[in-house]
Amino acid sequence: MNISSAYSTEYRVRKVLNLALKYLVLVLLAIFFLFPIVFMIVSSLKVNEAQVVSDMSSLRAFLPVGEIGFQNYRDVFDNLEFGQLMGNSVLIMLFTIGIGLFVNSMLAYALARLRFEGRELILSFIVALIIIPFEAVAIPLLLLVNKLPWFGGATTWLDSYHVQIIPFIADAFSIFLFYQFFISIPKDLEEAALVDGASLFRIFWNIILPLSKPIFATVAILQALASWNRFMWPLMVTRGPDHRPLTVGIQSFFGQDPRIWGDLLAFASMITIPVLIVFLLFQKWFVQSVARTGIKG
Amino acid sequence: MGDALSKSRKRVKTSSREREENRMAWLFSAPALLLLLVFLLIPFIMAIVLGFTNQRLIPNPNLPTKFVGFRNFIRLVSDDAFLRGLLNNFYFVAVVVPLQTGLALALAILINQKLKAMNLFRTVYFAPVVTSMTVIAIVWAFLYNPGEGLINAFLAAISFGKLGPYNWLLDTKLVFPAIMLLSIWQGAGFQMVIYLAGLQDIPGELYEAADVDGANKWQQFQHITLPQLRNTSIFVILSTTILAFKLFDQVKVMTNGGPQNASMTTMVHIVNQGFGELKVGYASAISLVFFLIVLIVSLIQRKVLPEEREVA
Repeated sequence: MNISSAYSTEYRVRKVLNLALKYLVLVLLAIFFLFPIVFMIVSSLKVNEAQVVSDMSSLRAFLPVGEIGFQNYRDVFDNLEFGQLMGNSVLIMLFTIGIGLFVNSMLAYALARLRFEGRELILSFIVALIIIPFEAVAIPLLLLVNKLPWFGGATTWLDSYHVQIIPFIADAFSIFLFYQFFISIPKDLEEAALVDGASLFRIFWNIILPLSKPIFATVAILQALASWNRFMWPLMVTRGPDHRPLTVGIQSFFGQDPRIWGDLLAFASMITIPVLIVFLLFQKWFVQSVARTGIKG
Repeated sequence: MGDALSKSRKRVKTSSREREENRMAWLFSAPALLLLLVFLLIPFIMAIVLGFTNQRLIPNPNLPTKFVGFRNFIRLVSDDAFLRGLLNNFYFVAVVVPLQTGLALALAILINQKLKAMNLFRTVYFAPVVTSMTVIAIVWAFLYNPGEGLINAFLAAISFGKLGPYNWLLDTKLVFPAIMLLSIWQGAGFQMVIYLAGLQDIPGELYEAADVDGANKWQQFQHITLPQLRNTSIFVILSTTILAFKLFDQVKVMTNGGPQNASMTTMVHIVNQGFGELKVGYASAISLVFFLIVLIVSLIQRKVLPEEREVA
């Protein structure tokens, strides 16, 4: 064997080892990020509560062993009004996003394309508002919504759907994302439409909207995740399961004694699995949305 | 911005068109502006005013609301829960921000390689990001179970029984690190994606040139990757810092700040005071302190990052 082939064999071995090492690290990290989720779903299928707990001290926690079934899931539906809570969460999310996309993009369009008195002022106002976190105004807002009137003679917004929707429709950061996107669209098409005498709303609806699908998807995903996971505000403004979202529902179940872990994990799985499925289907969009919240390097 | 449009309109002509544009612009803007005004700006101004009053959530006829000057702020200085909460927020920043940012960068570099199945790994690392924090808190509370919890079992196994069992969530020294760990677990995937976008923006020629010059991988990381990711890193570090000061969900669910305030945070204290004990005035004062901290971090971010990217 001459020197150069010995060298190339060694080189090849090192390359394979290097690759194996990389995958080992990747897999270990994958285990780290997946194990709580796998544990949650597997344990939720274990019907025997004592087994759920005793399996915790070994790898059995990740294996569907013992009596497996959907009894825990049935319990959550029967005893905890899961259907109602799920409906609340979905309804609040859909209305928040639906109206939010419309309202926020309209303002952004006006800022990006129309010339009017006060444009600069509004733009700096929006940019300034991005700094104010909702958390800083939550308590005064609680005092405010406590006394706001609503249709039909109600004198408070507490314990309702609208108290969980309306405050989150307008969002300064979403407006800014729309604005940044709109100013990057070439104006030729709009100018042609203007010459043809199209109204501004028509231009927005027929020209801008179809060109802006990526940014609408981005804002929709970010707002959907925020709405689905929102916890602090609904905790303060809802009293019973009638208007409560899933997050507060599971927290209140978690606070009950004695804790039934099998049911809790079934509940947790039912909150998580739909979102994971949507995420898997629209993965590229999710990742792109998050990337967009960053800065362009 | 509207110059080109309005120029072409001038050809079509008239100031009535301009008035029309003005009117439409305000019509387009009004809904969002009104909502931001009522649900963000007014509550913010209320917080400033209420911070100087003894306002309660449900008015007490024996305790009429009045201005109390700086009394709320003076009380903060001797409020153990507040001080502990603030200290914990800084503790969280000091530990979680470097660890999470470092992990996110490592993950991004790992999955940015041109190897098979990288999309699968990216999906896995990102999955916790789309999971509700309330759910995560409950699942991890179970993992931290004192007796036969999985984490205790794992530590015992790798240390041949020398470590543990620990009473994670009831031990004043362990409870906050335990919460930090699950926070890193949940958040790293988010920053990973932002770093990944940053990595993909680095021109490939830089690495090719370095290869020609004989620079090894570590030197390339130090002299190309890190400097090229400067803005991304500043953004990630400062926005994670802001998130750290908002820390609420996992603490509220797992410990409500206990035991003995060991896991208290500013946000948990605000909600416990304003909502739990109905002391809106006092909670508003704490909110103002919280806002000032976020404001300082945000202003640093806007100052350090290049102008056109400032806010996003």
